[in-house]
Order: sequence, then C-alpha cells, then structure tokens
Amino acid sequence: MKEDRSEMAAKDVELDPRSAAISEPLSSSSSSPAAFNAVVSAGNKSRSCKSSLPVTQPPCPGHVLENVLENVLQFLTCRRDRNAVSLVCRSWYRVEAQTRFEVFIGNCYSLSPSRLTRRFKGVRSLLLKGKPRFADFNLMPPDWGAQFAPWVAATAMAYPWLEKVNLKRMFVTDDDLALLAESFPGFKELILRCCEGFGTSGIALFANKCRQLKVLDLIESEVTDDEVDWISCFPEGETHLESLSFECVESPINFKALEGLVLRSPFLKKLRTSRFVSLEELHRLMVQASQLTSLGTGSFSPNDVPQGEQEPDYASAFRASKSIVCLSGFRELTPEYLPAISPVCANLTSLNLSYANISPDILKPIIRNCHNIRVFWALDSICDEGLQAVAATCKELRELRVFPSDPLEDSESPVSALGLQAISEGCRKLESILYFCQRMTNGAVIAMSENCPQLTVFRLCIMGRYRPDHVTGKPMDDGFGAIVKNCKKLTRLAVSGLLTDEAFSIIGEHGKLIRTLSVAFAGDSDMALRYILEGCPKLQKLEIRDCPFGDVGLRSGMHRYHNMRFVWMSYCRLTRGGCRDIAHALPSVVAEVFGSDVDDDDDNADYVETLYMYRSLDGARKDAPKFVTIL
Amino acid sequence: MRDRSELEVGKSNLPDESELELGLGLSLGGGAWRERGRILTAKDFPSVGSKRAADSSSRQGASPPRSSQVVGWPPIGSHRMNSLVNNQATKVAKADKEEEEEGEGKKKVDEAKDVSMKVNGKVQGLGFVKVNMDGVGIGRKVDMRAHSSYENLAQTLEEMFFGMTGTTSREKVKPLRLLDGSSEFVLTYEDKEGDWMLVGDVPWRMFITSVKRLRIMGTSEANGLAPRHQEQKEKQRNNPV
Repeated sequence: MKEDRSEMAAKDVELDPRSAAISEPLSSSSSSPAAFNAVVSAGNKSRSCKSSLPVTQPPCPGHVLENVLENVLQFLTCRRDRNAVSLVCRSWYRVEAQTRFEVFIGNCYSLSPSRLTRRFKGVRSLLLKGKPRFADFNLMPPDWGAQFAPWVAATAMAYPWLEKVNLKRMFVTDDDLALLAESFPGFKELILRCCEGFGTSGIALFANKCRQLKVLDLIESEVTDDEVDWISCFPEGETHLESLSFECVESPINFKALEGLVLRSPFLKKLRTSRFVSLEELHRLMVQASQLTSLGTGSFSPNDVPQGEQEPDYASAFRASKSIVCLSGFRELTPEYLPAISPVCANLTSLNLSYANISPDILKPIIRNCHNIRVFWALDSICDEGLQAVAATCKELRELRVFPSDPLEDSESPVSALGLQAISEGCRKLESILYFCQRMTNGAVIAMSENCPQLTVFRLCIMGRYRPDHVTGKPMDDGFGAIVKNCKKLTRLAVSGLLTDEAFSIIGEHGKLIRTLSVAFAGDSDMALRYILEGCPKLQKLEIRDCPFGDVGLRSGMHRYHNMRFVWMSYCRLTRGGCRDIAHALPSVVAEVFGSDVDDDDDNADYVETLYMYRSLDGARKDAPKFVTIL
Repeated sequence: MRDRSELEVGKSNLPDESELELGLGLSLGGGAWRERGRILTAKDFPSVGSKRAADSSSRQGASPPRSSQVVGWPPIGSHRMNSLVNNQATKVAKADKEEEEEGEGKKKVDEAKDVSMKVNGKVQGLGFVKVNMDGVGIGRKVDMRAHSSYENLAQTLEEMFFGMTGTTSREKVKPLRLLDGSSEFVLTYEDKEGDWMLVGDVPWRMFITSVKRLRIMGTSEANGLAPRHQEQKEKQRNNPV
C-alpha cells in the first residue's frame, strides 16, 4: 500500500486508476491499491457518473473522520468514484474497503480470491466473469478453467452476508451451488450467464436451501439434465421470488409444480420459461400471474391440435397482463398464434423474437403496434422488409440484434444493406446494433454512421469472410472508418468483411473511446495491429482471430498490456518466442498459450495457435490444465 | 497475403514439416497448382473404389443443419447454435407428422434427433477433424457434420486450400470439379484404427463415424494407395509420428 500520501493527494481529482497503475511498479508482494482498483473496476459500465466528492488533502485521520467518511461513502456506489476515493490516503482506503458492498471482477484470474477477501470485508454482491468471449465459439478447449469453486470457498468464509452472485462464463458445479446455498443464509440473487458445469440436481438443491431467494436467472447456460424435478424443490409456502428465468434449461419441466410455484409467488415479476412449456400451459401461468412485467413465453406452440372453442383465448390472457413490457421465448413458435401478443405491443419496451423463424408478413402486423420498443432481437428471416417495418414504427429503438437463421458463409441472407440503411433512417436513437449478413456496402454503413450518432456499440458481422463492398468491390474500410469518425461515443466495435491496414489506421486514430474491439479475418500486415495498439487509448479488450498479425505487431503494444483486461489472438502468426518475450518483459501480465487439440503432443515448433493474455495481480494461475502453457 | 491469414495452423505429422518456416515464404499463392488443384478421392481410382454410396446422401432426407466450415465462424454462441439445431429437428419431426410418410418420416426424425443429441452434448470439437496438405505446414479443420457427401467435403477442402485469391477485387473462386482425374492431389484419411485409407471407399455415413483426420497428399505418393496396399503405406506414414 502506498505510504506517500502527499503524492497521492496531489494526483488529479479525476483519477483514472488505470493510469495510476502505470506509474507504480508492481511487485508480487505488495500490489498497489491502484492496480487492485484497476482489475476490480475494469469494465466499469457507469462511465457517466461524476465524482461529487471534493478530494482535498485531509487532516490527520482520526476516528471521527473515519466515521464521517463511512457515512458519506455509503452514498457512493459508482465503482470509479470508489476507486478514486480509495487512493486518497490510507485511512480513506480502509474505510472505502469496509464500505464497498458491490464488487465487480472482470476477469476471475486477474486476482486470487484471498486477495479479494483481504481487502474488502463486507461484500454483499459479487459479479465475476470467467472465460473470454471467444470461448463461446468453440475456440477454447473445454476444461480450461474459470472455476467458481475457489471463489465460493473463500467468500463462504469471509462474507456471511453475501446476497448476490452474478457469474458470466464460469464453470460452476453442483457442489458449488450446494455450498452457496448452505453458506449464506440471506442469499437473494443468483444469476448465471453463459455458465456450465452444473445440472438440474444442483439447481434443485440450491432452490431448496435458499429460503430468501428473490432471483434465480439461468441465462444461456448449459444445464445438464440430471432428471431431477427441480421446480418441485422450492420450499413450501409463499416465496420471495421476483425473477425466475430458465429458458436455457433443456429438460422437461413439471408443469404442475411450476404452476404451484407461480401461484405462491406474489412478488414474481419476471418469469422466463423454457421451450418445454407449451402455449396452453403458458396461458394458465399468465392467468395466475397477471402482475408479470417480463415474460419468457416458452415454446409458444400448442401441445395438441386445438379443438375449436376449447382453445384458450390467448389474446385475452395478454390483454389481462397489463404490466408486461418485456417479451421473449417463442422457442418453437407456431406463427399463427403470434398475433395473440398484440394487446401488449404498445407497452412493450423489449421484444426478443430471435429464436423464432418469422417471415415479414408475420412480423409486420405485430411490429406496427410496437411504438415504444427500445430493444428488439430477431432472426434475419424477417428480411429487409421486416427491418423496414421496424424502422417505420420503432422510433424509440435503442438496441437491435439481427441473428442469422442459417449461419453459414454461403447461404442466402435475407437481410442486407437495404435493411441496415432503413434502420439507420428510421431509428435515429439507435445506440447498439449487432447485425449478421452475408455482404454489405460501405454506403449503408456510412449512412448509419451519419444517421445514428448515438451509437455506442457497432457490431457488423459479414459472414462471408473477406467480402468487399458488393456494389463497388472496394474494401469495407470506408464504412467502418465512417463509424469511428462519426460515432463519437463508440465504445464497442466488431469489424468484418474485407479490410485493409488503412481501416485500422482510422480505427486507431478515431476510436478514442473504444474499449472492446473484435477483429476476424482482416488486415494485411502487422501494421494493422500496430495502429490499434498505438491508438485506441481506452482499449481494454482486444479479440482477434485469423489475422496476419505476428510478433512484431504484438510487441508494439508492450506499453499498454498491463492496462488492459485481456488480449486474445488465435490463428494469427505469433510464435512462442515472441509471446515469451512479452511475458518476460511484463511481469504483471499472464500469457497463456494453447491450442484446441487436447491430445496433441508433437511440438509443432514455435507456432502459437491461441494466445490469451491478461493482467493479473497474483501471477500465473495454479489450476491451468496441461494443454495450457503459461509463458 | 490473405490466403495465409485464413489458414489455421494445426499440428502436422508430415515428415518434412520441420523444414517449413511458418509465416514466411509460405505461399499458397502459387497460382499454378491452385487453378489445377483438385482433390482426388477413391472414385478416381476405379479399380479400388467401390460404387460410392455417396448418393445415399440424397436419400438422407433433411440433411443435418450445416454449421460453419471454419471453426467458430460465424460467431454464434453455441447456445444459440444448439437452439437452431433443435428448431430444425423439431420442424423436421413436425413436418414428418404432417406428411405421414411412415418409413421416410421415421428415418428423418431419427436423424434429426440424432443431430440434436450430438449437438446438445459438448459441442467442442466434436465434428471437427484436422486436415493437412502436403507441402503446407499449417492445417485446417473441417466439420464432418457439416457435410453431406464426399463431393460436398471435397468442395470445402478445395476452397480451404485453394480457394482464396490474393487480389482486392475478390470474386469467389469457382469450385473446381473434383473428379476429373488429372489432379496432383489425393484425399486420404486416418480411420479409428489408425489406418490410412483412400477417401471414398465406404458409404459416407460410415466414413464420418470413422474418420479421425484427413490428409491431402500428392498423387505420386499416393500411387498404389489402395485398400489392399494400405497396410504398407500406413507403416510408412505413421513412422514419423
């Protein structure tokens, strides 16, 4: 811990913990609070909060001051502010550590659990992220790591009042869930996103033991079917449940038990069922729980062939659900039933149709009423025509995601530049877009950059690799260049299509706020990587695959790797020697090298298939599997 | 330049692999053989190959939904991919119920279920086999589940190893005819027992369950590679490993 108070206090009020980390040399025995702040707050989403606390040289810290500080600090929730506060002096550091209840860890390997528990004493809420995003695309071998076990063990001892755990891309076992449930009597919220390693038996145990549970959200996780009726395992009597989400659980559900659970959960606001809930069953649930605000509709397909008047009136169930603002599910949609949702369309702020193969004709009558939609996810089956309909009505749209219904390189994509152009003209408030298509034009991308200046997230995936502008034949440099030049708030960018080094020169120069950059099958040479690393001052997460970038390019970022959350490069031109040089030069950075072939033992010389590099306060991890080499 | 970047470097048990300098002078840009390059399969050796039941692929009905030919591309999360597969499987099953074709339908449903079971398990690397080509130090991977026939597979391989031009005004290289017989290259595979065989001998479905890895080798080397000679070749080939 820093002794020199005066040096700290003299620092700028708007203290950026990461820049502070540069100036302080790191050693493994004592890691500076600034460095700790950096790993614990990297990925801070609350960018816009301003520090309202005047930071001046405090007088001699006394008990009185600390008490006052404690009372003041409880109003300070923004991570960035808290980090700034903690760097003022020792006493402030101590008080801040005692009063921080919410901890965010963007990379579970950036520090050890014991370091967390040593500093913070009263954690109530923990958000932990494990594997990097490219693991979702089978680019990482299984059993790589990101186990939750050590964390639950450490926190079980240190934080008896832990209430919330939010995990993303972690490996969680049934035992972990059991320990979680047993260790924290007041546990309230469990959110597992893109996790794996557990099954329905773990969920059952957890549900049974946590009597105060408010939130159980299983999102896009892989849940083994242990053939346990977990829904029946919730305790008897009234529950505190406010949110129950199990859309990703691929096993049949005991509907009677689910219905019973919903009936005795008066506080339930969000219910997201899996595809094993039929339309008839959904109807019954809706009738019992008309207070829902967010509904995951399950399969949205009737079990049996309807028999005339015996068919439930689905529209009236929706009419009765006056509070619904968010709809998802539609996992096995029978399209003729979709109009049943019409009564809630005008109130909807979020609609996720991305698991339903919907044609423009089915979409149009629905979307026509969705004036208030802010978030819309769909499959490209809605075609450009569907997107035009969205553009015509959804003037409040902030986030759009268009997924491919046929995720192949050479398929006929029903969406194109036309759809993108239409959206840009109709939805001027757009902030975030993810768009899959087969080919694109610079014109449409430029149009979006000009029409939607509020964009913070622009992810365009031209599925055909190396595809140029299909009208002009030129690379997509101009399009992406316009995005970074015109969208001044851009923090996340994913590029695709044919791109030369020039594109990256523009990105490096103009992408001043970019924190996450994803690059695949692009660039001509190391220069492209250099442009990125020598530019983009706020870059935190860099994911690259299949680009002609080698050791020279990698070296050009030496000055900044300790200031980034991670760098991922797979199928590029790195050599072990090159990566090793970097690793040895930067002690605070861990460089992992691995390939996706578990059984391969012939040492294919120098070649590096995947490099995953991240900063860490506690050095190399001890749980690396044998196919991972830590340089 | 670009054709290099798209290649994934895999491990290779090629004997001369150590001589290759990765990333430098590694040129697939040799236009000559690119244009002429094609991959031969057992069909090109009429004396060896049995009448291919690759035509059985047409009787497979709804072929399994094809995933990407390059691992992890396009970048769709495995959860969503699985769901797309499930969707297709259910559609097939439903379509069959409607069609009421007992025999055909049952077969389709089984196959669809088969696919969804495969995909619902650990997706990682399940269908992917490595492909190495003689003279090329870096290998690729192909998803066997994504292909429905030998022709299909050969086309993918041709595109992977020959397909990319280096010019900026890109046109997709037209897929070359596979079975013309005058190619310099032959496609072979290593099966579950470790034997190296000529691709195309056995029915497609049997092939995809037994193939472990693929190798594109020069015709001269492959001369005489036939089921009856495969034990000899196997010894020669497996030695350097």
